[in-house]
Amino acid sequence: MKKVVMSCFLLLAICMKLSAQGYTVGSVVEDFRLKNVDDKMVSLADFKSAKGFIVVFTCNTCPVAKDYESRIIALNNEYAAKGYPVIAINTNDPVASPGDSFAKMQERAKEKNFKFPYLVDSDQQLTKRFGAAHTPTVYILAKTSKGNVVEYTGAIDNDQDESNPSRSTFVKNAVNELINGKKPSVSKTKAVGCTVKWKKA
Amino acid sequence: MKFPFAFLVCMISFGASAQVKLLSLEDFDQRLANGKDTTFVVNFWATWCAPCVEELPYFERLQKENASSALKVIFISVDSRSKLGKLVNPFVKTHKIESEVFVFDEPDQQKFIDHVDKNWSGSVPATLVVNTASSRRSFYEREFSYEELKSLTINPN
Repeated sequence: MKKVVMSCFLLLAICMKLSAQGYTVGSVVEDFRLKNVDDKMVSLADFKSAKGFIVVFTCNTCPVAKDYESRIIALNNEYAAKGYPVIAINTNDPVASPGDSFAKMQERAKEKNFKFPYLVDSDQQLTKRFGAAHTPTVYILAKTSKGNVVEYTGAIDNDQDESNPSRSTFVKNAVNELINGKKPSVSKTKAVGCTVKWKKA
Repeated sequence: MKFPFAFLVCMISFGASAQVKLLSLEDFDQRLANGKDTTFVVNFWATWCAPCVEELPYFERLQKENASSALKVIFISVDSRSKLGKLVNPFVKTHKIESEVFVFDEPDQQKFIDHVDKNWSGSVPATLVVNTASSRRSFYEREFSYEELKSLTINPN
């Protein structure tokens, strides 16, 4: 009996943790199906030869996300061929943030020649499920027999200005380690970002 | 090396200029610790953060209405350090902000985020309330209305 009560509490605690924080390192990610800027639907399962993913919650409008845009493009250029493509997801509600409408996303993707999916999370359920609180936020996933497992959450690097030559390139380091069959030595980082513009109730 | 440090401490202690200054994490700690029974209301904001900009006047009003009590509002902008001259300084001037405004002299955001509060995810606005004498240190990663801000800082109970 005691054991049952204990496991109930544990389960409850885990559920509460999930709802409060979303995915953390070790979580298995449930696949999704969102519309890309080319009007096609995209799921993780579509990437048959991928070894994992660099999932980036971002948007058109946040100055921090804009500062990181060229680095997101560079990550895909470097790692898509190595099995870790970038999947970008716009978190923001287009009413709360008009610069983040689907049309504006298409414009941006074309202008910057995105070679990776830039997906619209229209009901913001995926952003909530992951627990992305601000843009830009990265989740690195590794494909395993259990599914896509979160191996890293947080910032792209620790130098928004790109002014510090000795910056720590967190995402690059983590993906390099995964490619070499290791667990990322740094798996959770933080950075300043713009809060997600949620749909007004 | 010693002189600039002393100079900085003086500027922090007595500075009433609207000029935005860099603040090291050590000086930040020192400032709060030396405050004794002063309640510091430290607001973290950014020029690009609309809800932050909206609530800045509430903090200014809080300071004005408590000018004679031991309450001190400090603004810390999380705009990246390179934007200090281009963005933060002009912003502070056009918005006529009277409280002190700083930018952390620490390019690694993770360092100052964890230094301010381990539970801070890095989103702004965020506010830290510190009173060394009463060992109060409360951190809020959210927006405030003026009434909320007032009740939280003046009558913490």
